Amino acid sequence: MQVTQSLDRTLDRTFAALADPTRRKILARLARGEATVNELAEPFAISQPAISRHIRVLSEAGLIVQRVEGTKRPCRLAPDALSELEQYLQMLRRALEGNYRRLDELLAKQTKKKETKGENP
Amino acid sequence: MSKMTLTTEGDTHVIVTRRFAAPPEAVFRAHIDPELIRQWCLGPDGWTMPVCVNEGKPGGKMRYEWSNGKGGGFFLTGEILEVDPPRRMVHVERMHMPDPSPDNHVVTTFVADGSGTLMTMRMSLPDAATRKAMLSTGMEHGMEASYARLERLSGWKAAA
Repeated sequence: MQVTQSLDRTLDRTFAALADPTRRKILARLARGEATVNELAEPFAISQPAISRHIRVLSEAGLIVQRVEGTKRPCRLAPDALSELEQYLQMLRRALEGNYRRLDELLAKQTKKKETKGENP
Repeated sequence: MSKMTLTTEGDTHVIVTRRFAAPPEAVFRAHIDPELIRQWCLGPDGWTMPVCVNEGKPGGKMRYEWSNGKGGGFFLTGEILEVDPPRRMVHVERMHMPDPSPDNHVVTTFVADGSGTLMTMRMSLPDAATRKAMLSTGMEHGMEASYARLERLSGWKAAA
């Protein structure tokens, strides 16, 4: 239960981070590769402190990571940020496996019924 | 050991294959007859499908409603595009969480495989936003936790 709640909080943060169009554009830029804060600020008509705030939100949501390189703080996508596809496929796989196991049982019951009734009931 | 395969095709489709120890006629029927669908297409342990509509013909409607018996639930609506018993069916479906997800286009084929059936299902891979919404709905309904209980389905087998 605690795990679910902490996952909920993570998802809340992720959704909040993704809700902003500027932050989505920053992510799209980072999907092409690492970039410095200045490079990220370039296409936007907003101040660098404002960009830094967006970067902090993305970083706290676990979507990007920053490293220190002299005076620069280049950003890149967090490796885990992409694993949501894996998470989705995992959820799908488990749901289907459960369903198909039940379907196996249902088909087995039908076959048994047919056998006891004979070929032409 | 698992008889199921799940693979992605590019970033737009998911392909699922599964073998069943029953002829295509039976497996096909289990996918289109509401009374059968509601017995297996349930997701986590403890969930039921109080409403199951599948009109079973081209142009026919689908509506599956799931409930956890504690006020939690969600539903799917869809339309059947093609039916070629017992070989193939094509439909579109969307999950309501409660906002409808983009249409998922699903082609399911059933091919005789020895005395059993090889089922192949090719469906749209939802976009990233939809995947996130589905994951979060799954979390909200405690599905991740419940899936673990599916592993104990042998108990269910004994009861069947």
